[in-house]
Amino acid sequence: MSAADRTWARITKQAHAAYVIAKKDAVIYYLKPPVVSFGIIFPFFFYLAFAAGRNVPAQNMVPGVVAMALFFTASAVGPLITPWERQARTYERLVTSPASLWAIIIGDAAASALFGIALSLIPLTLGYALAGSVIVQPLNFCCGIVLGALAFSALGILIASRATDTPSEIMMLANLVRLPMIFISGVFVPLSGMPEWGRRVAPLSPLSYAADLIRIGMGGTGYFPPWLDVSALAAFACALMLFAHRLHRRAQRAG
Amino acid sequence: MEVETEPGAAIEAEGLTRYYGERPAVDHVTFSVRRGEIFGFLGPNGAGKSTTTRLLTGFLAPSEGSVRLAGIDMAKDPTAARELIGIVPEEANVYADLTVWQNVMLMAELHHVGRGRRTDRGAELLDLFGLGDRRRQKGRELSKGLRQRLMLCGALVSDPDILFLDEPTSGLDVASAHMIRDIVVRLNRQRAMTVFITTHNIEEAGNLCHRVGIIDRGRLVAIDTPQHLRSTVESRRSVEVRFEGATVLLGDLLDGLAAPEVVPLADGFRVYTAQPGPLAQEIATRASARGLHLAMLSTQAPSLEDVFLHITSQGLAPREEVAYVGG
Repeated sequence: MSAADRTWARITKQAHAAYVIAKKDAVIYYLKPPVVSFGIIFPFFFYLAFAAGRNVPAQNMVPGVVAMALFFTASAVGPLITPWERQARTYERLVTSPASLWAIIIGDAAASALFGIALSLIPLTLGYALAGSVIVQPLNFCCGIVLGALAFSALGILIASRATDTPSEIMMLANLVRLPMIFISGVFVPLSGMPEWGRRVAPLSPLSYAADLIRIGMGGTGYFPPWLDVSALAAFACALMLFAHRLHRRAQRAG
Repeated sequence: MEVETEPGAAIEAEGLTRYYGERPAVDHVTFSVRRGEIFGFLGPNGAGKSTTTRLLTGFLAPSEGSVRLAGIDMAKDPTAARELIGIVPEEANVYADLTVWQNVMLMAELHHVGRGRRTDRGAELLDLFGLGDRRRQKGRELSKGLRQRLMLCGALVSDPDILFLDEPTSGLDVASAHMIRDIVVRLNRQRAMTVFITTHNIEEAGNLCHRVGIIDRGRLVAIDTPQHLRSTVESRRSVEVRFEGATVLLGDLLDGLAAPEVVPLADGFRVYTAQPGPLAQEIATRASARGLHLAMLSTQAPSLEDVFLHITSQGLAPREEVAYVGG
């Protein structure tokens, strides 16, 4: 077997391991109460609290709800999987299996991303049924959803890298990171309508680009050009995964 | 203690060291486990048994030293090394939200066992461990003993070359512990599977293992077959005496005899000595002269527990240089 064949066989095996881990996550973690409450119920009521009593146009409201649902759901499971596994004492078996650390975190991220994508369909469907919102630029919309889900799930995996077996610690940390992000990312108010300071910090958040792409996909006006949104989301997803891998490896080495 | 690894061994640990802060939990440990061997790893609490196991299985990275499994360097190719092994970690658990069957299949898939093979082997193992009729039960519904059996099914479903068991029978009921020991021995004989087992149960190690290593305060202090280890501690041979219904004054009976350590029993005593034969004769003579009726008089070789206590710092016996390599 040539070196290239061996490398390919290794990649195939690790891709399969990532698939197995994603499947396991889907079966075990998607219906855990903290995931449901922080991933689905929380963003829904959060947006209602903002929109109630304001005359927010539907074309602004629906993309914002979709983006926020995607953000919260895709980053809801990832931070909790590792501390749950540590707490349940299943983590050591996973780490000492032939699955590499990359396979483990990609599997966790894939499960989180798919969870986010699936659940973002709920506000999308409600938006169509109640406000007549439709997708007018499918490519931009899909890029916003898929790349956004990958970037948000990578953020979740990064948050999970803290070596703890106490999920509530990670939940606090996750909300400390996520809650400020929704205020600076043009979810409630389009970036063009935000104050100067808001427009300066918005590019630091991956949610800004996802919300922008989703808004463009649903017929709204974007703040950034779509190519920049796509590039920024891809860069965030890669950078966050690399950083997450590094921190997970460090936590693992520390024991 | 200087030990060399053996080329071609199933497990080779060389200068294995792990620091927690400034303190070495495992301190330059070198040993090897031969292919097809059951190797017991003993030590007091906190001696470094589990840390060593975690270093050998790649869960922890060593601060210094190296681990090779069947010649594969754990640091250079951890996934290839882990494909060879099955593990039951001490503080691990099954997935509580997965069924018995899903738990076994998960480990099989992670070890790249093909669909047909994993289905057959999974069913075979569940039957072997008495879990065949529980395959739809969730992990959370199993008792500790059944969960431990399930962990073993997960570790064995890939037919590993090397099986790591960290305290596999700790806290289990007698039936589960017996079943696990029995199957481990059977698999070792039938498939020449190498088994690395850490245990507190010294009797278990003595009966199960071809060789044992003893670790104390992070350092390997002895490694040999249980029989040879026993024979190295001549001073721990003993004479055990039991009387029929009489209260015996030990001082009176043993007065003037070279008996450095006496352990009182309910109906007699045990005397440790390097020369048990002459001492037994003398005790029998004195007992007879005092009209005492002996229920039992026997000379005994040191047990592995005696060796363990003698070697490790927690032993009550006077410490002497016993660091021993053999076999």
